[in-house]
Amino acid sequence: MSGDQYTPQGSTRRRAIEYFLGGGILATFASFLYPIIRYMVPPPVADLGVNEVVAGKVGDLKPNSGAIFRFGSSPGLLILSSDGTYQALSATCTHLGCTVQYRGDLHQVWCPCHNGIYGIDGRNISGPPPKPLTAYDVHLRGDEIVVTNKRGA
Amino acid sequence: MISAIYRWLDERLHLDDLIAPFRHKTVPVHRLTYWYFFGGITLFLFGVQVITGILLLLYYNAGANEAFESVQYIMTKVRYGWLIRSIHSWSANLMILTAFLHMFSVLFLKAYRKPREMTWISGMLLLFLVMGFGFSGYLLPWNTLAFFATKVGTAMVGQVPIVGQPMMVFLRGGPQVTGATLIRFFGFHVAVLPGLVGILIAVHLFMVQRLGMSVPPKIEAEWVENPSAKREMKFFPNFMLREMMAWYVAIGVLGALAAIFPWDLGVKADPFGSAPAGIKPEWYFLFMFQTLKLIPSKVWFVDGEVLGILGCGLAGLLWLLLPFFESEQPSRPKKWITGLGIFALMYVMGMSVYGFLAK
Repeated sequence: MSGDQYTPQGSTRRRAIEYFLGGGILATFASFLYPIIRYMVPPPVADLGVNEVVAGKVGDLKPNSGAIFRFGSSPGLLILSSDGTYQALSATCTHLGCTVQYRGDLHQVWCPCHNGIYGIDGRNISGPPPKPLTAYDVHLRGDEIVVTNKRGA
Repeated sequence: MISAIYRWLDERLHLDDLIAPFRHKTVPVHRLTYWYFFGGITLFLFGVQVITGILLLLYYNAGANEAFESVQYIMTKVRYGWLIRSIHSWSANLMILTAFLHMFSVLFLKAYRKPREMTWISGMLLLFLVMGFGFSGYLLPWNTLAFFATKVGTAMVGQVPIVGQPMMVFLRGGPQVTGATLIRFFGFHVAVLPGLVGILIAVHLFMVQRLGMSVPPKIEAEWVENPSAKREMKFFPNFMLREMMAWYVAIGVLGALAAIFPWDLGVKADPFGSAPAGIKPEWYFLFMFQTLKLIPSKVWFVDGEVLGILGCGLAGLLWLLLPFFESEQPSRPKKWITGLGIFALMYVMGMSVYGFLAK
């Protein structure tokens, strides 16, 4: 190309133009990337703010057995122990998030994924679970078993 | 830094050999050079479609019960979702517009002449496929307008003698437009068409690269008469940088349109509701739609609809094969082809405006 005769390398004017051009292109790409990155992060799932659910009806469960119920967007475990008391726990294992189950033969809560064992009150007894399962309050309203978050928890 | 990385790669992969043809490629410079930009702009908008389309796939849910809600979710809940979807819709429309401009510019500059017949054919096939993208993508939000446009559009396919009915059932995934149609169109839109278009773009660009840019016969004649008037610029970087400036303008127009006129979602389709009044297809199908509306229901003893659809098909075929009617001598181009081109352009524009204004 012609016009190349007088362009000393490193001329400040040329460098300034290059910075403007490069900066402009970078700013443009940033303005594309920002909305794209924001878009890719999923919007927060509306926490239903559940504080109380009906986990079942009296008589649904046999003594020394358990059942999974929905507590908002996560599963809960309702246990009817041999002595006839109800106990409700979060069913999400504190190790890696599998859903636990009640084992009548062990009288304990068992996570099949990595053989974690919890007591009926949610205490972590053996295996990998680092923390106890969250326990919920249970009370009866007529023949409905109502599970609520523990007060102050 | 970039040049160091390039040198490292070049030492191993000999990239210079690959790039060499691009370095030698030149673009003729004359008063009509700006028409060369439209193919590149179309390609750029296609790139925008690929990126925004993949982004929409993160949240879109095909299915009669979920599609509308998922688009609604994208538009209202996902951050910048309205922007991504609006850009996808606007870019789709602009891409069809620039593809048409590119096609007519190639026609009037007679760039389809030997040896570029196959470039023209691959381009025409791309144009048809792009319209297929438009048609299939239009249904995906599952709103009332899209639902009935798809009903009418696929019913038109059904009018073709003998093969029409089976083709319609194939397109619809059954005798009616249902959720099955939506799933099919989704598959066409995100898998089948991108694959075909990808291959054809590669073929099209390979031929453009191989054959170089065509010089319009008139300007070629001027250059023969006066060789000193002949001008060229290097494709890389001179033309490429100009092209990128055009892309920059395109993205500016696109962003402005998407932000100022976000694309409407409409009302969820109800397969058992009645069609709303004044229903029309997308603007790029309007000229065909309006033509079909104007043909009387019986012409002589043939069904008007059938006649119209066969006519459109025949016109499309003639258009596809246009280069083969052109004379091989650049000094004596066929005048009637230019005349036909002007007529077609007027017809498409006139019918589109008529269709737009007609009740």
